[in-house]
Amino acid sequence: MEQGKNRTFIDKIWDSFASVKLAIVIFALISLTSIVGTILEQRAESAKNIQILTRLFGESLAPWIFNIFDKLGFMDMYHSWWFIALLILFSANIVICSLDRLPRIWKLVREPIGPMTEEKLNKFIINREVILKGKPDKVKDAVTTALKSVRFNYNYTESKEERGYQFFSQKGNYSRLGIYVTHFSILLILLGAVIGVFFGFKGHLNLPEGSLSDAAYSDRNEVKPLGFDIRCDNFDVEFYGESDMPKEYKSWLTVIKNGNVVMKKSITVNDPLTYEGITFYQSNYGLISDRLVRGIFIFRVISSDGKTSDLNLRLGDTFQIPGTNISGKIIDFSPALKIDENGHVFTYANQMNNPAVYIDFSESGKRKYSGWILKRHPETWQLPEGPMVEFVDYWGVEFTGLQVRKDPGVWIVYLGCITISIGLFTAFFMSHRRIWVRIVEEKNNTRVVVGATSNKNRAAFEKKVDRIISLIKKYEGGN
Amino acid sequence: MNSSFFFGLSTMAYILAMIIYITYLAFKKTQIGITATTVTIVGFVSQTLAIILRWKEFADLSGMGFLRSAPLTNLYESLIFFVWCLILGYLIIEFKFRNRSFGAFVTPVAGLALAFIDISGMSKEIQPLVPALQSNWLLAHVMMSFIAYSAFALSFSTGLMYLIIKTEKRNEVSYIFWTITLGIFVVVLTAMGIDFLTFKVLVKPEVFIKSYMFKSSFFNPSVFIKILSWISMTVIIFIIWRYGLILKTVIEKFNITPESLDEMTYKSIAIGFPVFTLGGLIFGAIWADQAWGVYWSWDPKETWSLITWLIYAFYLHSRMIRGWRGKKAAMVAVIGFVAVIFTYLGVNLLLSGLHAYGSA
Repeated sequence: MEQGKNRTFIDKIWDSFASVKLAIVIFALISLTSIVGTILEQRAESAKNIQILTRLFGESLAPWIFNIFDKLGFMDMYHSWWFIALLILFSANIVICSLDRLPRIWKLVREPIGPMTEEKLNKFIINREVILKGKPDKVKDAVTTALKSVRFNYNYTESKEERGYQFFSQKGNYSRLGIYVTHFSILLILLGAVIGVFFGFKGHLNLPEGSLSDAAYSDRNEVKPLGFDIRCDNFDVEFYGESDMPKEYKSWLTVIKNGNVVMKKSITVNDPLTYEGITFYQSNYGLISDRLVRGIFIFRVISSDGKTSDLNLRLGDTFQIPGTNISGKIIDFSPALKIDENGHVFTYANQMNNPAVYIDFSESGKRKYSGWILKRHPETWQLPEGPMVEFVDYWGVEFTGLQVRKDPGVWIVYLGCITISIGLFTAFFMSHRRIWVRIVEEKNNTRVVVGATSNKNRAAFEKKVDRIISLIKKYEGGN
Repeated sequence: MNSSFFFGLSTMAYILAMIIYITYLAFKKTQIGITATTVTIVGFVSQTLAIILRWKEFADLSGMGFLRSAPLTNLYESLIFFVWCLILGYLIIEFKFRNRSFGAFVTPVAGLALAFIDISGMSKEIQPLVPALQSNWLLAHVMMSFIAYSAFALSFSTGLMYLIIKTEKRNEVSYIFWTITLGIFVVVLTAMGIDFLTFKVLVKPEVFIKSYMFKSSFFNPSVFIKILSWISMTVIIFIIWRYGLILKTVIEKFNITPESLDEMTYKSIAIGFPVFTLGGLIFGAIWADQAWGVYWSWDPKETWSLITWLIYAFYLHSRMIRGWRGKKAAMVAVIGFVAVIFTYLGVNLLLSGLHAYGSA
């Protein structure tokens, strides 16, 4: 008795976990709570969310509502205990739901179909009957041809009956598993995410040009050792034409392990670098203000006869143009130079949007002329005497902002994505179709009875069955 | 000839088709119906040409290759693609179900959406792509999302029509639900129309929503106008509630059974859901993983896509519960599309997140 009682209790829990009702309750709960999570900024400063709430509910109610939401964990809700509990409940629902239904479905999938009595055939929703002239032996050919021409041909079974034959065939029985593949994939994706949380890390790293680092930093500024060194050789932004609209951010990175260069790659947004499971993404960039006067100017001087020479210089340095008596002295630098209507020059941005260098030129020690040379404007490189001073880069003053990630679970997530696609497409676009055709001799004529089922898209299958019938009839007409 | 010529042609064709479809509803003459379909197809073909031309113009200008130059990069282009998918979906339904009655509903949406783009002065310029958008995933992700959105839009209209003809009494939950939903749609559209007329603004939609939306009604500095707006809203919803049964008799004349409406709703979602899962959620996640190193970061756009996905999952599962098939499921389908609109427009315009593409 005691045991029986226990079983029903466990049964009840089992049933409620296996129910579709629980599933839709969970869908609703995740959706509704997530809405709050998109309105309140997650992991933000309190002031910001109080401001949002003030805009929605007015000044008097906002602090109250904030306190309630804060206590309930809504300020970081996707990591709160109750949201994770919801996800666990969701997973449990999927697992128990599948365990509950799968054995029955598996039987349907694996079970070969057998002949049916006419009584049963007449009970199918798709049910047709035709009377044809001639013996069943002749009609049989018509039926097989018809089945073949609608591609229900392969692996139909033929069985001899008392006064005729019966054909039956099924197709797409495995499509019934699509739903379970889908459900299993969701678990796989969640598993991958959990592995990522426990065995991976997310971090960032601001790396100045020419510097290297052996660690990244998490959002809470914890040090995450990489196990190797990463160096930024150069960073550059490419713009669209003359505009300030960025076309490409590019960092040239080098991986160094035990003192040896093991990898070199230039990364852009959408094209990261991966080494030993750690991936570096181009995320942001910026100027290092205290290095602004300590960078290296890279010039390429092209003399009048076409010879080129590369120069690395610093602010205040003087250089000679080969083959001439002309020398230049670097006086000033601007990361983003602009000239207003009155001809005044000024720096308009705190980024290297339009790097410009001011150079004093002299010939044989006598001051000749001076002016700005702009990296993005080749027309400013030309000197009146013929030589060109190309402003290649001002190196060492920018940093590249890298997003650093290690996620051993990502492949499981990707695998889950592939299987969920397969699962959904079989679940929605394929169906399990079964058909029985019975041929019986009746008073020198032959009666053909067709019964068919489809677990989805019955209308389309019905059309196909009608086509089979019309093909059988046509055969008779041809005789 | 360039793309804007064909866009203009398609806008006019859809508006003309709308008039013919409505005439067809009134007179039920086959010839009129065929004319309406022909005009719609003409509009569709010229819109297809326009999209291809714009694609080519974009590719020539940016020099980024054909795959990365899909004209799906801003609100203007995505709205056009949405209209294109909607008309395609409608034409498929017209041929499959041999029923032209929907034309009178779909072509106005298409024509008005395109006209709205013109009137609002939405930026039509071909804009170069910021680094984050330069990915081959852009084409697959955006295109599939919009195919799914269009399928969901169809399920919304069939779901709403199902509710309209299935409800009998004014105190039924489903009746109150559809009248209020329709009422809010009417109120929001009217309020935005008044904003346009009052301010005569020709600005980007982002700017419009931030600085002008509802400023001449609900957010007006004058308390009087504010109260008046709320009263008008109540009145409009009340009128729709009071006389909603008239709409029922209109739709009953279409010769569409509630069963086939229910089937159309289900089929649209059955197509939209897997396409949205793959193109919207999965491709979006893979792209985010490549660009930012996080496949899922719970930012508002992602979360709203998930909410949309869960609502349609709710719909698909609720059909398996006794007593949910029919009106309740249709209500879920309607709510689902409200979530789609919010995912598409609301998040970009009202909430911030990664999807601002670092415009700051």
